[in-house]
Amino acid sequence: MSEVFGIPTQALFGQLLIGLINGSFYALLSLGLAVIFGLLNIINFAHGAQYMMGAFCAWFLLNKLGLSYWWALLLAPLIVGATGVVIERLMLSRLYKLDHLYGFLLTFGLALMIQGLFRHEFGSTGLPYSIPSALEGGQNLGFMFLPNYRAWVIVSSLIVCLGTWFMIEKTKLGSYLRAATENRELVQAFGINTPRMITLTYGFGVALAAFAGVMAAPIYSVSPLMGADLIIVVFAVVVIGGMGSIMGSIVTGFVLGLAEGLTKVFYPEASNVVIFVIMAIVLMIKPAGLFGAEK
Amino acid sequence: MSSRLKLCVAAAFAVSAAGAQAQYSDNVIKIGVLNDQSGTYSDLAGPGSTVAARMAVEDFGAAKKGMKVEIVVADHQNKPEVGSSIARQWFDVDKVDVIVDVPTSSVALAVNQIAKEKNKVLLVSTGASVDLTGKACTPNTIHWTYDTWSLANGTGTAVVKTGGTTWFFLTADYAFGHSLEKETEAVVLKNGGKVLGRVRHPFPSSDFSSFLLQAQASKAKIIGLANAGADTISAIKQGAEFGIVKGGQQFAGLLVFLTDVHAIGLDKAQGLLLTESFYWDLNDQTRNFSRRFAKLHKGAMPTMGQVGVYSSVLHYLKAVEALKSDADGAKVVAKMKELPTDDVVFGKGLVRQDGRKIHPMYLFEVKKPSESKGEWDYYKLRSTIPADQAFRPEKEGGCPLVKG
Amino acid sequence: MNDPAGAPALSEIAIKPLKHVNGAAHRWVAFIVMVAFFALAPTFIYPVFLMKVMCFALFACAFNLLLGYVGLLSFGHAMFLGIAGYAAAYVAKEGLNIEAIRLGTIHIPLNIALPPFTPELAILTGVLAAAILGYVAGLLAIRRQGIYFAMITLALAQMVYFFCLQAPFTGGEDGIQAVPRGKLFGVIDLSDVKAMYATVFVIFIGGFLVIFRIIHSPFGQVMKAIRENEPRATSLGYDTDRYKLIAFVLSATLAGLAGATNALVFQLAALNAVHWTMSGEVVLMTLVGGLGTVFGPVVGVLAVLGMENYLAQLGAWVTIVQGAIFVICVLTFRRGIVGELARWIKKPL
Repeated sequence: MSEVFGIPTQALFGQLLIGLINGSFYALLSLGLAVIFGLLNIINFAHGAQYMMGAFCAWFLLNKLGLSYWWALLLAPLIVGATGVVIERLMLSRLYKLDHLYGFLLTFGLALMIQGLFRHEFGSTGLPYSIPSALEGGQNLGFMFLPNYRAWVIVSSLIVCLGTWFMIEKTKLGSYLRAATENRELVQAFGINTPRMITLTYGFGVALAAFAGVMAAPIYSVSPLMGADLIIVVFAVVVIGGMGSIMGSIVTGFVLGLAEGLTKVFYPEASNVVIFVIMAIVLMIKPAGLFGAEK
Repeated sequence: MSSRLKLCVAAAFAVSAAGAQAQYSDNVIKIGVLNDQSGTYSDLAGPGSTVAARMAVEDFGAAKKGMKVEIVVADHQNKPEVGSSIARQWFDVDKVDVIVDVPTSSVALAVNQIAKEKNKVLLVSTGASVDLTGKACTPNTIHWTYDTWSLANGTGTAVVKTGGTTWFFLTADYAFGHSLEKETEAVVLKNGGKVLGRVRHPFPSSDFSSFLLQAQASKAKIIGLANAGADTISAIKQGAEFGIVKGGQQFAGLLVFLTDVHAIGLDKAQGLLLTESFYWDLNDQTRNFSRRFAKLHKGAMPTMGQVGVYSSVLHYLKAVEALKSDADGAKVVAKMKELPTDDVVFGKGLVRQDGRKIHPMYLFEVKKPSESKGEWDYYKLRSTIPADQAFRPEKEGGCPLVKG
Repeated sequence: MNDPAGAPALSEIAIKPLKHVNGAAHRWVAFIVMVAFFALAPTFIYPVFLMKVMCFALFACAFNLLLGYVGLLSFGHAMFLGIAGYAAAYVAKEGLNIEAIRLGTIHIPLNIALPPFTPELAILTGVLAAAILGYVAGLLAIRRQGIYFAMITLALAQMVYFFCLQAPFTGGEDGIQAVPRGKLFGVIDLSDVKAMYATVFVIFIGGFLVIFRIIHSPFGQVMKAIRENEPRATSLGYDTDRYKLIAFVLSATLAGLAGATNALVFQLAALNAVHWTMSGEVVLMTLVGGLGTVFGPVVGVLAVLGMENYLAQLGAWVTIVQGAIFVICVLTFRRGIVGELARWIKKPL
């Protein structure tokens, strides 16, 4: 068996594949942040809490209404996205004339509230959520045992990410969005209802977080703090990518998942910090991030 | 901060009776339950420990004996700084005589120092650090329910003896995980087992797939989980996904509570080996006690940490009654060491000079869903570790209180 | 992308209407009120709680120096508080024993073996550690502005958190426990509450005056110029990056002073001081008190810590209430308590 640095290549393949799975979550979350940031210029600190809400929503739909995982995949993003619309209308919309840091602080406060409420209601041990029966079991790929559900995570998140990219970069709706990102007033002058577009964009970004939450529910335990630390890692991903482009945030997400996966093999102790280290290096070489434009 | 005291009293439970003839400070024995009321450990300690303390006061019959006992509760949020502020304030301002429970080693160790400084009493139940009866031992502290050494020893010995000879460790990469791994490894080697490898995972981790693959590749019979709480739960759940147990390997949890198994569910936790000092379904006494407890606590069965609070409060009250005074913390603890312990949850036992409460420990295996007769029917007993072997020998701890 | 420069700068709203008011007499009145409060309060408020308030007040003032006067929102300030606490606690308990430094094959023998430090030296060590960390973090963070700056500091703080969790000298989850308070200058025994209180009091007032002096120095004027309009400050010939770095290091150093003192008061150094929730808490304290006001952070700390103390029984509600206060402050109460007060008396505080 051939080896790379003392690790059999086959085991390495397995680890890379697993890195890609984590990368899917990073990509979905950083994509949502990028979409929101693009139009609202707000870094949505509540993103982690909304990811958690997606997972809880799936749990509720299953245990209270008897709706399966597949329904949750559709409904949870819609429900959580709707709460996002409410938040944007009631709160965020009042802050656009102020420094953007206020949006950051507001969403931070919201994150604390949401996480606190869920913790108060459900404790922090977490709730069980089973893998849907259609995706149980796994494939023996020879070099590793790949659970079907994990394969599904990669495929479906790739589809959602690319779909979002297509919608923003290749459709007319997307062109309005991009135009509004460049110059909000001008687009409004052309008779497009930008406030509504902004509201819906925030809702969409939040829905992406909730989608990631539903995807995560069967693998990680559904717990109030599941998004709290994750969001900081995603921030680092965003800083590395630079949020210059939609594709940039998708690619960065997947690539950093791979980088983290490799660290888990060669130096597992550092796997929690590797993304932050990469961030520091990128900042030294290219302060605007890999895909960001220096202003 | 006296209105804080009022708040405490408002949240508290008071057994009052007039005419105390003994010399209790301010005429009242005040018990402070200090634990995590809302975070990670709130299910395995939390409000359940308060319920247990209340039951102990009731069962002791404080009211009939003319002793006035009051219970106050606070949430230390697992932050040593918060915990030590509360402890200081309790001792200085609110005249609390004894603090019980205290999960999270960092908080327990901090309060341990303060209790000694103020000459009060600390009865640790859910806190795990074996240092409390080792180099950090004091004449004011008793470590009641379990510690990392007893868990490592119980699981390590029993598993190797029943055929689990090759091990792979999944270790949380911080002091607690390292010491759990080290202690278990020593026991495994001593009993003729072999350690095939280990991986240190960051703490906390949500994704264990990479580490599980490494464990799978090692072909070890037993995967030792030297971690706790959410990490253990995630590792076991994801282990089921990757077919670890189906592939013939078995998990050994080095710190798992009944509530953790409850959260994982039997379908994923089945086959898990673990050590505890209490399970509700051990005998008639424990069953009766636990049913009473469950009625008062949303139907949940008690964890070993919670029953430890019950047992420690009961014994504390006995010692205070014998002394007719709660003023001198060290004296009360000395009395507690002198009196043999006896209660429905742990049976007969004793408290050693180093502050270690001694009772048997049990190795359990988590049942298959088909074997379980209903909710909370989770464990089957694999073996009993007798009291004299269950804890670290007094001389090995390095506690200065132990003479000779 | 929208041009962030088009929006009014953070805290500008709070300061602008008051900028042209002169006179410092009322500030001295406020200062004397504050000093009198902390001098007399231990007779009716639990002193250990007050010591915590003073340590965090200094921490919040240091943070405000950066946010209120340079316009940089650091979301990782807990790293300075925490690292200083660890450094001070470690040397006060264990002393300093370094046999040699190994860098790959290079082996530099040092043979340093120092006994446990006295409190003043321990605090100094903590401050130094925070200053060094501040310099390194500052070099990286000031490369970006606004929201990016906040995210970078947050990420760096998370790195420091993991370092503190895993490094052998920090004691991991247990932290460094049973730190001796020792004898100040080898003479004054700090295990006496009164002596400890007096020490913390002097450190707090001293730190406060240093910050006050910085704000009103020529250097402070340049800081404010950068906050108002960085390109213009650059075009006036100021090396704004250098100013920002110096301000960052100063803020980190003072935060370190607070952290080291806090570690001695509570006789422990533990992980929660480096966790990101602590960074969020200091933002909240400053926001509640009033961004860019001299006394705001002190009032904010009193308000937030007081609330936490009374809500401690209520568990998760602490976070919920904190979050709600954040939201309310951002939406309707951006000037904070002292900011509103200053507007009311029409004088800056």
